[in-house]
Amino acid sequence: MEILELKQHANDVRKGIVAAVHGAKAGHPGGSLSAADIFTYLYFEEMNIDPKNPKMEDRDRFVLSKGHTAPGLYSALANRGYFPVEDLPTLRHLGSYLQGHPCLQHVPGVDMSSGSLGQGISAAVGMAMGARLSGKDFRVYTLLGDGEIEEGQVWEAAMFAGHRKLDNLVVIVDNNGLQIDGPIDNVCSPNPIDKKFEAFNFHVVNLEDGNDMEQIRAAFAEARSTKGKPTAIIAHTLKGKGVSFMEGSVDWHGKAPNDAEYEIAVADLERLEAQLSGPVQTTPERNGEA
Amino acid sequence: MSDVKKDAVKKVATREAYGNALAEFGEAYPDMVVLDADLAAATKTGVFKKKFPERHIDCGIAEANMMGIAAGLSLTGKIPVASTFAMFAAGRAFEQVRNSIGYPHLNVKIGATHAGITVGEDGASHQCNEDIALMRTIPGMTILNPSDAVEARACVKAALDYEGPVYMRFGRAAVPVINDREDYKFEIGKGQVLREGSDVTIVATGILVNSALEAAEKLAAEGVSAEVINICTIKPLDRELIAASARKTGKVVTAEEHSVIGGLGGAVCEALAEVCPVPVCRIGIEDVFGESGSAGALLVKYGLDGEGVYGKVKAFLS
Repeated sequence: MEILELKQHANDVRKGIVAAVHGAKAGHPGGSLSAADIFTYLYFEEMNIDPKNPKMEDRDRFVLSKGHTAPGLYSALANRGYFPVEDLPTLRHLGSYLQGHPCLQHVPGVDMSSGSLGQGISAAVGMAMGARLSGKDFRVYTLLGDGEIEEGQVWEAAMFAGHRKLDNLVVIVDNNGLQIDGPIDNVCSPNPIDKKFEAFNFHVVNLEDGNDMEQIRAAFAEARSTKGKPTAIIAHTLKGKGVSFMEGSVDWHGKAPNDAEYEIAVADLERLEAQLSGPVQTTPERNGEA
Repeated sequence: MSDVKKDAVKKVATREAYGNALAEFGEAYPDMVVLDADLAAATKTGVFKKKFPERHIDCGIAEANMMGIAAGLSLTGKIPVASTFAMFAAGRAFEQVRNSIGYPHLNVKIGATHAGITVGEDGASHQCNEDIALMRTIPGMTILNPSDAVEARACVKAALDYEGPVYMRFGRAAVPVINDREDYKFEIGKGQVLREGSDVTIVATGILVNSALEAAEKLAAEGVSAEVINICTIKPLDRELIAASARKTGKVVTAEEHSVIGGLGGAVCEALAEVCPVPVCRIGIEDVFGESGSAGALLVKYGLDGEGVYGKVKAFLS
């Protein structure tokens, strides 16, 4: 898929995120938006999946270890065709299948229930081990927050994956630098993240701009070609990316926009959409601006 | 306990039977994968490992991660059996079992060994008297607590045939084999009346079933007719069987190698309070931590041997 098209999908995913969180009057927009480009790349380009057959036996798997950014995953799934985009605003409503955190049993396309930080990566490692034991070549992806990796279980899982040389596993850290209580460096710094994963016998890809589709593509290609080691992609992203007043702000970690703020967010994303849907440029712009 | 007849009884630890059963069923269940956390020699999963090394995964000393790995394996069609001491399976990894296995209702079996006070010499840090209470609170969790080696083997087979999370509880100490008979049948959710009686019902689980039978024998000698029910499946509880017996005898005693809070005693009280309120005496570990000692001496000290159960039932009836 062309980079421009992926960017357009990512913008749609962002629109779904703000619609979902606005509809829920709660939820986590900041970390959903920072990872929107990664969600998009995974579901529109990287993974071997079939929205018409979410349980396809040998599909690639994705575990959202940072489960609170369910709006990002749900929006990617909806935009990819797993369920109607129109359902996104029912997020967190009583009776909706779109539970506050990913729920395996109710949401088509969700490969593992998650939300309690540190646990998703273990399940992903188990899936990768399952593929290995069964001699299957499907790949497993899991997305973690940079605050989440303060959980000790993450390193238990990393130790196991490194020890078992699970090269069908890709761990992505959404390194937006902010957790609920503030900057990760002020709360309980997990830095240096890359060196930690290296020490746990991972191949590490430092993704300089985790909101840049071309760089994302290159990072996943590098992971795919890495043999004999699991890969950790440390994706430097901007929290709240795409919505002007949410960008770089810890205040929007877990808060929904009110009606007026929602209008601004939609206007921001429509402006981006207009830029992306202009005449297709022969040389796609390199840096996602703003 | 010094009785000559008892000494002649064959004794096998339920963990031993568990390990042997894993190895025995390994061939018939090719999707079975056994996980351990650096305790394969103690939990007896090492017996399986010897026969099926490629399907035994040592996760190292990281129980929380082991539960998550088991969850992931089950999502690729494997039947993972995750094994460690009860303290770490139900205690340390409680939230992983709750959120990564229970909530998505995954087909993971947990083989928890070294449960209860009969861990013995290791002392209170390793004597898990809380695991049944913890596991009971997880929706959809099945809890099996076999009374001997025969039942332990049956539990493993039933758990492998069942689709969904199962917590199996095994002990360290060798205990009498009491179910070694032709007509022994095991079914998840079904209790068994091992001895009929009319004056009092003793509902027992795990290795306390044997103590309950011994107590009933002594009571009979004094003209007290005790009904003994073996509840191996603590969840889902066979409420009908227990209520029917309670209606008949009007008095119920529960007996378990577990805290009197939240285990079998709790489950039976909850059930009877709703359908057949009768006086209940709960025998188990009182609200205390254990201590170092031999398994046998600890059972005596904490009143969980046949003599101890007999004494408590007598006091309850008088």
